[in-house]
Formats: sequence, structure tokens, C-alpha cells
Amino acid sequence: MTRTPPFRLAQGGRLIDRAFQIPFRFDGRHLRGVTGDTLASALLANGQMLMGRSFKYHRPRGPIASGAEEPNALLSLGQGGRFEPNQRATTTPLVAGMVTRSQNCWPSLDADLMAVNNWLSPLFPAGFYYKTFIHPRPFWKHLFEPVIRRSAGLGAAPVEADPDRYEQAYAFADLVVVGGGIAGLTAARDAAASGQRVIVLEQAPHWGGRTPTDHPGGQAAVDALLADLRGRENVTLRRNTMATGLYDHGYLIAREAIADHDPNAGLPRQRLWRIRAGHVVTATGALERPLSFACNDVPGVMLASAVRDFITDYGVAPGQSILVVTNNDDAYRTALAARAAGLDVPAIIDARPLADGALPQAAREAGIRVLTGTGIAKVKGGKHVEAAAICDQSGEGRVLETIACDVIAMSGGWSPVVHLWSHCGGKLVWDDQAAMFRPDPDRPPLGADGKGNVTVTGAANGDLACAGDLEQPEGATMPVWVMPARAPYKLRTKMWLDFQNDVKVSDVELAAREGYASVEHTKRYTTLGMATDQGKVSNINGLAILSAALDQPIPQTGTTTFRPPYTPLTLATIAAEARGEAFQPLRKTPIHGWHETHGASFEPVGQWRRPYCYPQGAEDRHAAVNREILAVRGGVGTLDASTLGKILVKGPDAGRFLDMLYTNMMSTLPVGKCRYGLMCNENGFLMDDGVVARLSEDSWLCHTTTGGAERIHGHMEDWLQCEWWDWKVYTANLTEQFAQIAVAGPKARALLERLPGTIDLAALPFMQWAEGELAGIPARIFRISFSGELSYEIAVPAGRGLELWQTLQREGRDFGITPYGTEAMHVMRAEKGFIMIGDETDGTIIPQDLGLDWAISKKKPDYIGKRAQKRLHMTDGNRWKLVGIESLSDKVIPDGAHAVAEGTNGNGQRKVQGRITSSYHSPTLGKPIAMALVRHGPARMGQVLDFPMPSGEVLQGRICDPVFYDKEGSRLNG
Amino acid sequence: MAEILAQVARIEGLAMITIRAGLARAGDALAEAIGLAIPDRTGITTDGTRSLGWMSPDELLLILPEADRDEALQLLEQALAGEHALVADMSDARAVFDVTGPHADDVIAKLSPVDLAHLAPGTLRRSRAAQTAAAFWRIPGGLRVIGFRSTADYLGLILSEAARPGTGLAPR
Repeated sequence: MTRTPPFRLAQGGRLIDRAFQIPFRFDGRHLRGVTGDTLASALLANGQMLMGRSFKYHRPRGPIASGAEEPNALLSLGQGGRFEPNQRATTTPLVAGMVTRSQNCWPSLDADLMAVNNWLSPLFPAGFYYKTFIHPRPFWKHLFEPVIRRSAGLGAAPVEADPDRYEQAYAFADLVVVGGGIAGLTAARDAAASGQRVIVLEQAPHWGGRTPTDHPGGQAAVDALLADLRGRENVTLRRNTMATGLYDHGYLIAREAIADHDPNAGLPRQRLWRIRAGHVVTATGALERPLSFACNDVPGVMLASAVRDFITDYGVAPGQSILVVTNNDDAYRTALAARAAGLDVPAIIDARPLADGALPQAAREAGIRVLTGTGIAKVKGGKHVEAAAICDQSGEGRVLETIACDVIAMSGGWSPVVHLWSHCGGKLVWDDQAAMFRPDPDRPPLGADGKGNVTVTGAANGDLACAGDLEQPEGATMPVWVMPARAPYKLRTKMWLDFQNDVKVSDVELAAREGYASVEHTKRYTTLGMATDQGKVSNINGLAILSAALDQPIPQTGTTTFRPPYTPLTLATIAAEARGEAFQPLRKTPIHGWHETHGASFEPVGQWRRPYCYPQGAEDRHAAVNREILAVRGGVGTLDASTLGKILVKGPDAGRFLDMLYTNMMSTLPVGKCRYGLMCNENGFLMDDGVVARLSEDSWLCHTTTGGAERIHGHMEDWLQCEWWDWKVYTANLTEQFAQIAVAGPKARALLERLPGTIDLAALPFMQWAEGELAGIPARIFRISFSGELSYEIAVPAGRGLELWQTLQREGRDFGITPYGTEAMHVMRAEKGFIMIGDETDGTIIPQDLGLDWAISKKKPDYIGKRAQKRLHMTDGNRWKLVGIESLSDKVIPDGAHAVAEGTNGNGQRKVQGRITSSYHSPTLGKPIAMALVRHGPARMGQVLDFPMPSGEVLQGRICDPVFYDKEGSRLNG
Repeated sequence: MAEILAQVARIEGLAMITIRAGLARAGDALAEAIGLAIPDRTGITTDGTRSLGWMSPDELLLILPEADRDEALQLLEQALAGEHALVADMSDARAVFDVTGPHADDVIAKLSPVDLAHLAPGTLRRSRAAQTAAAFWRIPGGLRVIGFRSTADYLGLILSEAARPGTGLAPR
């Protein structure tokens, strides 16, 4: 039969308000819904049953469900930055002006050319891709995959930034009840009475679950519970909040939709709740199962519960003539609801031999024809249901009669929603009587105390009659996995299990024949349950089919793993506030603002942004770096070194402690002096370096690398708290207390002597420090040098760092004072052959590799890493060692380039004998310089190495001393 | 338009001194030097202008007006003379924000994994605000939040964003 209006019923619809019309667009057409509609109910009210195309065969699809389990009615919402693919029409509230589009169809939903896949479907069996596109290998990446990706797939990814805001929040409760149906509200009331802090989460915008729809008096019962709960201070009721995942220690993640319905309200669109629950009650209800009969995917075949939801909740007639097919009593409610709404119910097809419970009797009394022991052999119709061919359920599908209808309401029984229960380890049992998996009360998810921290109630526990006094006795459900029971292969190839991914009964059976015994493997092979709905309506039917094909009981097959999220979360909700400027905390030195206003080109160093260089005018970065280096070498420059780690180590055992931490002796360092130190981990590998200053008899200040500050402080505390807990040492990370400015260059002292101060710089030798006042600011001046020039590092309280920096720029103007960035610092240290943690080291390098034996104490009985450095592999004479490399051309050999050796290894790869660790153009020397780790390097001075480039060109470099500039160190004195 | 949930204000002029010492041995001397009781575990004591917070079993944080810092440093050094102890001025390393208003707790609840219903006055909570370290405690009318100087801009931004009008956490 053809579909005829009216689709909106004259009466009814407990969730809608007909007074307010809501205009919206679907595939360009202007339609109207009413307040309270979901997108699905509004589309149905406009006669639009066809809402999408399936993933693989592009078959026409309409909604089969009315809630979160919907696999078919996935639409694209919104435009521009608010574009969202794959949104379920059944749970999306209708919003005025909403622009919606169908997906996976071309050129249009009605005439989809890709539906040719449907005619070719015998060529696309389970595992089709794996079987077909194996050879020739390169074709997969370049031909097969791009074509398949174009024809498969649902909605498109958005291309613009989401303009909406999102946030997250933490909550804590003694008890969280998930599900605001009658069972959840009852559990909340019982718990609340004892004074516990209770949170109740409900995914829908309204409370009560199925009870108000299914039971006369249901709404009143729900209202009474709500009134009780709302009167309690210790109860929080949260609607529109979907519990998406339950993790260890009662950590529950939920998504609250705040302004989905009103993007212009200036509110966060969604909020991610991170809830720590003492105990969780899952009252998540149950989902109805489809029945597997031929062509059960034709638009108009819907779950029986969904049909009555649309009628009762939204006042929408999915069709005028509703055929019910069932294996249980509950679906009779749909027949009664349809009849009460004035719709035709030509028959109820009941697979069970007997149906004489209260509901079937009521149906018969209402004059509805009930056919027991029957099933549907096949659905007639293409883009919508036109009729159903009826057969004996026990037979092979011989047609007894054909019944015209435009909707088929099917019910294959109910499956408890066990997702949250299962997410963190709750086990299931197969209930043979009720034909369902339900939570095993003896094997719940466990809390820290080893006791169950989740309990389950209501339909989620398999208790389908949980509405108390509202219930009437119902007859038993009869498991029906295939309809009719002995359906031949041809019918089985048209029985859909997974509607979104186009997996049919025949596909699962084929997988079993091909040897797939594990349900997890079968899932991946057939893609059953792998779509965005995660198989909410298909999983149980699928594993029942697999069990039958393997001739084993269902519990032996088991279920696939339930994983969060229960329904998809948008990435924006997960990111919450972490976007734009708040994407990551940006650490800024006290001088950061000055760098910004002076055109610094920044580079990330951990979470800091450090000036890489300060380009002037039309200068590029390379030119700026060269200028800065020459200015320092020829005059004076300043570097913001505030990011360097500064850790105070104090106590009677501090010297002993530092002797263990560093490879060289720190306990013998006289007060007032500085010493460069290396720090290794237990495996002997170099992990950090820096200058240590002895501040007093019992205190040392340890400078670390920028990236090492927090890590090294943690390393120190780790050893102090876990190993040497009886040593009297305190540490404090003073990194951010001080701004530190390096003033380097032959004119550095002359500049500093211009500033009023109390420190006699002429009397401050290299590797010593002094304390006093400089330019009116309390300062500690370290005479240390990473550039090889006369250099001072000045530490002042962070709050006065900018003041000192600006004073230096002003006073040094006629010296040509030049602020320099990290790249100039890097090049200058490389000119001097100084190593850089992270360049010359990569976590596998020991100080001995770098020729730093002079910084390793031979006298100390122990230091962290000492024993490891004695291992055979560490003392192997073949280890690559640090050398300099002079490029034979004017080209800079790229950092990381490998020096090749003769021959090939077992994998046919060219052998290597070294690699470049740092490489720069040196403006000071006017040529490229590099450092490298080379096998037997220091013994091979003058030898030439080959560095082949990806282009085929071979660059050559001569091994040389790594100190390229001022080998005598005379420039340290200006 | 709805009101913002709370005022977020950067507070200047506070000094902070980190004290590490064996509190069982040096506690009395410290209390006398500072003029505040040694806080219990996770506690903070205050006389209105100066506060002493418990940071760890052997660490305290003294917060006081900047003008009193040098004197306090001196008194602490004296009180701890002969003890194994560390006293460090951390005033410049920190940033302080006051979050005040009827829904100040909501602002913090969006950023810190802390059960604010159980954050009693006189409790100092070391935690984080989104991705940066933060500690906070109750002050009249709201909460005081301390973080690091280098991430002060970030901390100010996320606090202000969390306080946007109409975004209270009460169920709607």
C-alpha cells in the first residue's frame, strides 16, 4: 500500500506542544515541526520516512528506533563551523531554523546512484575487502583504498572550526544513578532517604523512561518520585546528560547537552562531567531487538516500541496501517496504542504457538487479528513498506498470505543495556528463560576495596516488568533468531543484522563457515557492530546467529567487549576549555612581553615560548641569527635565560647528595664558585647538565636545562624520598622566582660597570659568582659562559627582570647591544664545541661518548650511573664518539645525516658509522660547522666521511676537533 | 544577561615564603616566630593578613603582605638556627587570584578535580586548574587560588572563562 497522510495525529503526543510550530530544512526542503519534536518525529510528521542510505550497499533507510540505539537515521546538521555529521535524528531535539541533510547518497537521497552496490551485493560478501584487494600490493594504497573510501563512509568531516564553547566540570557523589526511568528514580529515592549524596543522570530531556508511555498512570508515578527527590537537598537531578563511560575507581564520564537547542544563547554547548562516584547504580533500561526476516531493512520496518513512542509521545503516525510482528507480549502494546490512535492494525504476527496473556487478550478484544505461530517471510516494497508475506514460523517461508501495510512494528525481545556495567569489568550471564544477557550479580565491577561498586536495577537487570503496581503479567518471550526458523539461504541474504554497516545473517554464517569461531574476530571480519551505533540493536542477534552456525550455546560464544563511549562524543566536548589560547598553558618569562613587542620569532621549548631570534625589518630568521651572533662576538648581547632550572639544595648532607647526582665532585666546590656538572640516570645515560654554584656551607644552587627543571627536581625528590630518606637534604625549585639574563660579549663588563652596583666585576673571576645590587636591584651575578665570550648571567627577582633587561638595552645602546635568541645561543655553543642535551644526547649517550671524561670523577666511590657505565657495552671501544665535522663544500650537512660505511647489513641496508648531532652555518667562521658521533672518531682526525642525501647527492665532511672557535679560551676574558 | 558566576581578580602585593623543616621539632619555634599556629595536615591557619599553609609533611607556605617579607625571612632564619631547614622567598614565582561571588565554587569545580562540598574553611588544597598546578583555599566570599607566575595568563584566562555568565552548574 502507498503511504498516505495525515502523518501528524489529530490528538496525543505527550512530549509535544502543538501551539508552537518550528520551521526547519531537510535536504533543502522547508518543513515544519512542533515544540518537543525530535528531528525524527518532525520528519515522520512530514511524511519523510526515508532518512538515509546504508554504509555499504546504499540501501534506502528509515528510522527503526526512537532513541540512542538508532542505526539508520543519521543526518548532517548545521553549516560551516557548526556542521556535524552522523547525528541521530531520534535523539536530536528539533531547533527552529535547523538545516539538516541526509548522508551517503549521491546525487540525492531519493535517487542514489551508488545504490548500484546493492545489485552487486552478491559480490560483496563478508571479508570482501580482505579477499579482493590483496594483490598487487601497491594498488591498495593508490587505487583501491581511495575508491573504497569515497564510496563508503557516512557523513563528511567538518572543515571549519567549531564556533561554540564547551566546558567540563567535576562532581562527587556517594551514589550516581544512571537512568531516570522508574527504576532509577526509585533507587535514587531509596538511597536519598539515608542522606547520601545522590546524582541522577538521564540522557533524555524528560524523566520516566518508558513508564509514562507504556503504562496508564505511569506519568503520575514518575511525578510522585520526582516530587520526592526534588524536595531533597542531597539529590541532584540532571537531564540531557548521557553517561558515556564508567572507568576504574567509580570514575564516570557524562555529557550534558546545555545549549544544543540554542546555539546563540552564549552558553557552553555541551559540558563533560567527570564524576567520582562512591557507588553507581545502572538503571539504563533495555533496548528492543529487531527480528531477522527478509528485507527487514525496508523503511517502515521499525521497532515496536519506537512505533508506539512516535504515536504516544509525539503524536506522529509512522504509517496508517501498522502490522505488528513479535515473539513477546510487550509488542501488543504497540498494536493497542496504534488502534487507540485511530490507526489500522491489520494483524499481529506472533511467532509463538500460543499467546493468551493479558495483552494478547486485550488485543483480541479490541478486534485485532492475532496470528500465532507465524512469521514474516519477506517484506514487500523498495523505499517504503508496502506489504508483508506471512508464513509459518517453523517452516521455510512458504507464503500463507500477503498483508498490505505501510509500517511493520517488530519486536524480537529486549536486551538490557549493560554497557556501563561492562565498561570496567562487570560480567554478564545468559538468561535462557528471558533470552538475554544480563549483569551477573556475583561478578560486578570491583572498587578499590575489592567489593562491587556497581549495582544494577530495573530493565537493565533484565527485570522488564519493573514498574511495580503498574505492571500486569506477561507471557514468556520465545527466542527467535531467524524468521522463519528454516529460512533458506536466499532469504538469509536479505535479513539485516547490522543496519548501519550492512551486515546480514548470511555474512555471519559465512564467517562461521570460513572458520571464525571467536565473536571478536567475527565482528571485525564482518564489521558487525562496528558502526557508530556500536551494534546496539544488532549485537545479540548477531552472536545468536554465530552460535547457531557454530552449533554451540550462546553463552559459549559470549559477547564482544563493550567500550566507552555509550554514544559518540564530539571531540570539542572532550577538549572542553582546552582550545584557542587555552589549548595549553603557555609559560612566559617576566620578559616575554618585551620579546613580543620587539618582534621576536618564538620557538617552543617545553611549554615555554623562547625567542628564537629577533628579526629586524625585512630580515629572515637566518639573517637575524647571523647578525645576533656577530653582534655578541663583536660587542655585547643579552639572552633571556630565565627558563633555566634553578634548584636550591640545602642541608648537612647536600654535598654528599650532589656527589651522587652529578658525575663530578660538588662537595669540594668552594663557597662562591661555580662548576659545570653532568647528571646521569641509573643506566649511565646523560640526562641533564648545568652549572652548580655553591651558595653557602650547606647550600648549592643547581642550574638545569630549560626542559629539565621540573624533571630534575622530581628526580632529586625521588632519590631523597625513596632511597636516601634519612639524608638531611631539602630541595626547592626556585626556577620561577628569578629572571636570569645572560650578558655576553667582549663589552659585557664595560656595559655592566655602567650600572650602579655593589659588585666588583673586575674582581670576579671566571666560574665564580657574587651577590649584591645592580642598578638598584638585588642580584646574583654568575660569571659563566655558554658562548665562549666574556659573559655574566644575572639573576634578579622575577618581578624585576623586565626592569633590568630594559636598563641593559638602554645603557648598552652605544655598544650596539643586541638581544639574541636561542638559535644564536645554539650556534655559538657549537662553535665552541659545547654539547647540548637533546642534540648531542638522545637518551642513549654516556658522557664518555662526548669526550667529557674530565667531568667524571675518578675519586668518588659512586654516583648515579657509575656502575652502568662500567658495563661491557658502555666501555666498548666501538662506541661512536664526539668529533667535529668540516663540510667539504659550502653546504650545511643536515642535522641527523648518517655517515655511511662500506657494505650492507643483514637487511640489505647500507652500513653506517656515525651521524651528525648538531649542524649550523657559522657566521663567525663563515663556513658550515657540525658535531657528530663517529665510530673511533677522535682517532680518525682528518678522515673524510660520506653523508648521502635523499636526493642522491653525497655530502662530504672531514673529521676535526669539535672546538671550532677560540681553542685557547682567551675570549672568556673579553 | 545573567551575572558572571564570580569575580576573578589578580591579587598583587603578597609575599610567599617556602619553609622546609621537621615540623615536629621546629614547629613551636616556627609558630612563635610567625605568630600563627602550625596548620594540621592539609590545613591553613590565618590571622586575616597572614596565612600559614601546610604543603607537605615537612613543608609550609607563609603568605603575608610584601612589606613584611624581609622581617619574616629574618625571624624564620633565627627561629630555625641550628635546625636542618630551608627557607626560600618564592614571592616572585607565584600568581594569586581571588575568585569571589555566590558561585565561586562552580568556577573551581570546572577546573579542578576537587570535591568542593568537602573543602572546609581552613583547608588548603594542592591540585591543578585544568593543565596548570594550582592550590586554593576558602576566603571570605570565595576562594583564593595560587599558581605559577609563568602560567598566570593561562590561569587568569581559564578562571574567567569558567566564570562566564549563565554557566552555573546547578541543574537546569
